[in-house]
Amino acid sequence: MIGLIDCNNFYASCERVFNPKLEGRPVGILSNNDGCVIARSNEIKPLVPMGMPAYQIPPHIRKEVTLLSSNYELYGDMSRRVFDTVREHTSDLEIYSIDEAFIHLLGFDNTVEYCKRLRSIVKRDTGIPVSIGLSSTKTLAKIANHVAKKNPELEGICWLHAGEPRLEALLKQLPVGEVWGIGYKIAQRLEALGIKTAWQLRQSNLKRIRQHFSVVLERTVLELQGTPCIELDDMNTPKQNIMTSRSFGKITSNFYDLSEAIRAHSSKGAEKLRSQQSVARALMVFLKTNRFRNDLLQYNPSKLAQLPYPTNDTRVIVKTAHEALCSIFREDYLYHKAGVMMLDLIDKDVEQFDFFHAAQDTKEQIKSDRLMSTIDSINKKMGKNTIIIGGRTVNATWSLKRDFLSRRYTTRWNELLSVKL
Amino acid sequence: MSRKSSIIVLGSASISNNFSLPLVDIPVRAGFPSPADDYAEAKLELTEYLVQHPNATYYIRAIGDSMVDYGIFSGDLLIVDRSLDAKAGDVVIIAIDGELTCKKLSYIKGEPFLVSGNSLYPPIPLLGKEAHVWGVVIYNIHSLQGKCS
Repeated sequence: MIGLIDCNNFYASCERVFNPKLEGRPVGILSNNDGCVIARSNEIKPLVPMGMPAYQIPPHIRKEVTLLSSNYELYGDMSRRVFDTVREHTSDLEIYSIDEAFIHLLGFDNTVEYCKRLRSIVKRDTGIPVSIGLSSTKTLAKIANHVAKKNPELEGICWLHAGEPRLEALLKQLPVGEVWGIGYKIAQRLEALGIKTAWQLRQSNLKRIRQHFSVVLERTVLELQGTPCIELDDMNTPKQNIMTSRSFGKITSNFYDLSEAIRAHSSKGAEKLRSQQSVARALMVFLKTNRFRNDLLQYNPSKLAQLPYPTNDTRVIVKTAHEALCSIFREDYLYHKAGVMMLDLIDKDVEQFDFFHAAQDTKEQIKSDRLMSTIDSINKKMGKNTIIIGGRTVNATWSLKRDFLSRRYTTRWNELLSVKL
Repeated sequence: MSRKSSIIVLGSASISNNFSLPLVDIPVRAGFPSPADDYAEAKLELTEYLVQHPNATYYIRAIGDSMVDYGIFSGDLLIVDRSLDAKAGDVVIIAIDGELTCKKLSYIKGEPFLVSGNSLYPPIPLLGKEAHVWGVVIYNIHSLQGKCS
């Protein structure tokens, strides 16, 4: 038996724990830079579609709803609390995302009762409401969870047996694109083959699916039939390219704004390389003007720069990115976005055997590794950006626009919830 | 245009995040070597004493003067456990009509009331109000520094 625990409207729920006034009200959470709505409470769903840019929300609706900047530090800590609470009651837990985890339930006499209790404990200890879908495979547990959320009378728990008649009816109404792991493109290709519902996919020929698609989709079909075969590790392959970019809060032609942004992005890229034990051979720096501003001159340059040797050393990456920026920067444009992409990644251990690339002097490399891991561990312990390369302006143009940020109630001493006595 | 960057490495740093104190069960005399070394026990962790359910425990800042009789002053740090059931006599964080406040939970003639620790504020009847207990206050941390002169 596999259960999927999914936090209901997780980001909005986190905000509500510390601000009960938001209970029952339409709440939307905005993306980085307060650009568009990326998470919604049930109440805002009929009013504002997912992904709508904040500025496009009509004023009469804007007045009715509460929009908040995303507060990932808070959501991260609340996620940890939710899953640590679950872990106190079941050891076999696989965290899938910030708000979802699979649990393996074996040897429980009354699984539904157990899940009801678990659900009320999580709600009591963290304030976060969760739904639990139960079935024999992860893919079916996902569907069961969906059913639990849609039907309030189930009180957040749905147990879907692989063989029951209700499942057939359910899968027949479920568009194939809603099945776990089936993205937009695969859904379109399936539909072209006449496979439009989850039920049709379940009944389809395994061999044909493997020929047309991949072994991953074949596993999805097996899972829909009730045979567990998806391991979460399948989804956890290291990234081949690492991109760090962001739109500016306001457009700028100032070189120092851009160089600071590029420095921050390349530092972050280097840190991501280190966290997945890769090194990059090259990087690409790009600038963009706002393509929606027809009144302004457009210029979207990019520069590919080879690194002197495959590396994840922030100092080398920042220096190379800075030189690339100098070569493409022109003063006469108003830039809207800047970014850095780490290219041609290789495994750090494989890199040593790469005969054809210039390698870093071994002694230097050991020094660099030690310095970087020291910086990473300090930044991990003492907070992001405790140690950075170069200076940084507070409230720089390139930094996040977060006008509606709630407090980081659980991770910062100076931002604790205050309660009037 | 040429704008080159330069990077200066200032040296390596070492940090420690360990604030716990060793428990030694005999008096320690100055001098070397310390006879106490062999008696060092487990370290005392203050949070271990104050927090029973870490996942359900939250820190909250108190603001206002309505709880002074119970030893809670403005600016104090409350340690709040959400996993406990609130009983009469507990100091609780409670949401009334969407607003969070801190009061003592009491029953007066069988009916639930929120009681202040300050005679200026009368008890608030809970009957007929939209209210739910957010958590139970288990400790209050009050700084004495410079406050008793």
